[in-house]
Amino acid sequence: MTTTSDAPAEPATRRPAAAAAAGGTAPAPGGGTDADLAVHLVRLGDDALVLGQRLCQWITRAPTVEEDLALSNIALDLIGHARTLLTRGGRLDGSGRTEDDLAFTRSEREFTNALLTELPGGDFAVTVARQLAYTHYAVLYYEALAGCADAELAAFGARAAKEVAFHRLHADRWTLRLGRGTPESARRMRRGLERVWPYTGELFDEDDVVRRLAASGTAPSPAPLRPVWERRVAEVVARAGLAVPAPSWQARGGRAGLHTEEFGPLIAELQSVHRQFPGGTW
Amino acid sequence: MSAGDAAVAPAGQEELLARFDALVAGGGTVEPRDWMPDGYRRMLIRQIAQHAHSEIIGMQPEGAWLTRAPSLHRKSVLIAKVQDEAGHGLYLYSAAETLGVDRADLLDALHRGQQRASATFNHPALTWADTGAVAWLTDGAAVINQAPLCRTSYGPYARAMRRVCQEEAFHVRQGYDLMRALCEGTPEQRAMAQDAVDRWWLPAVALMFGPPDTEAGGAGARTAAPGAAVSRRARAWGIKRHTNDELRQRFVDQCVPQAERLGLTLPDPAIRWNEERGHYDFTPVDWDVYRKALGDDTHWARQRIAHRRAAHEDGAWVREAAAAYAAREDTVPEEAA
Amino acid sequence: MNRTREGAPASWEVFLRARRGLAHQHVGSVRAADPDAALALARDLYTRRGDPLSLWVVRSDAVHAASPDEHDPYFAGARHKPYRYPEHFPPLTEKGPEGDDHE
Repeated sequence: MTTTSDAPAEPATRRPAAAAAAGGTAPAPGGGTDADLAVHLVRLGDDALVLGQRLCQWITRAPTVEEDLALSNIALDLIGHARTLLTRGGRLDGSGRTEDDLAFTRSEREFTNALLTELPGGDFAVTVARQLAYTHYAVLYYEALAGCADAELAAFGARAAKEVAFHRLHADRWTLRLGRGTPESARRMRRGLERVWPYTGELFDEDDVVRRLAASGTAPSPAPLRPVWERRVAEVVARAGLAVPAPSWQARGGRAGLHTEEFGPLIAELQSVHRQFPGGTW
Repeated sequence: MSAGDAAVAPAGQEELLARFDALVAGGGTVEPRDWMPDGYRRMLIRQIAQHAHSEIIGMQPEGAWLTRAPSLHRKSVLIAKVQDEAGHGLYLYSAAETLGVDRADLLDALHRGQQRASATFNHPALTWADTGAVAWLTDGAAVINQAPLCRTSYGPYARAMRRVCQEEAFHVRQGYDLMRALCEGTPEQRAMAQDAVDRWWLPAVALMFGPPDTEAGGAGARTAAPGAAVSRRARAWGIKRHTNDELRQRFVDQCVPQAERLGLTLPDPAIRWNEERGHYDFTPVDWDVYRKALGDDTHWARQRIAHRRAAHEDGAWVREAAAAYAAREDTVPEEAA
Repeated sequence: MNRTREGAPASWEVFLRARRGLAHQHVGSVRAADPDAALALARDLYTRRGDPLSLWVVRSDAVHAASPDEHDPYFAGARHKPYRYPEHFPPLTEKGPEGDDHE
């Protein structure tokens, strides 16, 4: 089942993204497709990096040693995706920044990950809920990316889609087990879904950058993937005996560099050693 | 396969023991359902459990730096390494279970302080360089310690160790490589590397090999005796192949030239080449040195167990959910998406 | 299942086909509450390196084996039948055993 690298860029039916309002996300004026693609890839790279960082915080604290292993496997793949995406982004935007320059020397306002990825850990159910939302989205998006014209990007999309497909199995599995486990786990899973669901919309937002990339066939827009995503996650959540929340609001801002207050400490931790040793080589 | 059914074979104890001794003396492999002396089983359970506990407790000092690794490459490497440690713990717990114990009981014993992990990890990882020093020195020591265990007499343990050893080689190399990068970096980076080596040398050289068990290793005849007795029994059963002190010497001989290449100083003024012995001399790890290295009952020793216990307790509801789900859905495999 | 304690999952034996052309080989075990979880854990635990082809998990208590006291009735008979081996018979070449079937 797939998607739509060639789908027409359907206008966003929701409130237009707050992007372009602030932060480092506005495309470089006159920078053309490369500048747009750089912005877009750094967003995707930031998603992977920040979510990977959140998952790293679980390791040695997971419910079983097996789960330490499973979560670290996922984190490892995500950091791998971030490296590829940030490297390419730094090359395309003409700044010559490496993956590490982007990860370790930008300020928090310059990060453009979706807010979903940075939400503080919470309990295991919150993590599972976030993984459910993200992995179903990311499989769809990377599959779409695998159909794009740029050979390097397409190859990355194909590889990443396979990796995330395993992460999705993990998320599906735990959603079922928590949803249909004990009353306590069902309660927590429901709360986890409610916690993260308002943050899922941002993953599918379209702004001018994405619209131009989609129109030129350079990279697909995530917006048309949303109905498939909704159907798939609803199916898993229903099998778990739960219902997809219908939040009354949608959080946005990450793509524009407007983050949660919990994001500062996450970035401070990420960058602490790197920044402590100016001119260091690692 | 319930592991514990040691056979009540139609042979008398003595004959069984003689057969067992002959098997082990001939370098044979003992398998889970073979008859084995109780002492052998107990010694193995103790050693394998401690080894498994050390792997999962050993995830903590390095795991604490996963979120702070200073480059994405180093972050990936460290995740892969910590992940291997979880894996090694699991290989070893499953080897222990073939002896008729339950991993849940072993973990309970760890959490209650009845079984222990290697005291090496009672020491704190205070800087990024510690992740390199731990890998280079303590994993380096572990490889030397563990290589002979790939031929240990108990089959499931030997098989687990073969997997472990293959993977540990990566740990040591990446640790050395991490230290090399620091040593080639800024003066501040070099200073961080030296500080980490100053703190991790003693835990590695003393604790990773166990207490002194020979007079040559620096124990007095009297103080060597208890260590030597255990060590001798373990060797007679083919559980161990060398004395602690032999392996310790091998480790020192390996590290000194590596430290020289890095431009780091090992914090032992007694280290010098002994032409006559063909080995490096070093400050003997006698019982005083050993006890000093233990770091028992310190903040960090307690913290390791508290951290582990908190993870276990916080995760109880998740494990209960998994068990309840399995009981309900019993054996109906869900469709893989 | 003999481990019914709350939260203590079952044991599963893991078999891996490490590469094309090989049979599935027993590589160890995992603990998990159900088969899907066991398979995923086995993947995380036993396939972190290389390019493995296929993985099986089998509930440990579903493996039926001869007990050690049955060893002799089961297996002792294999020992004393030398005529099952080619070495029991004269080689077919003129050159004797050294010349038999070697390159």
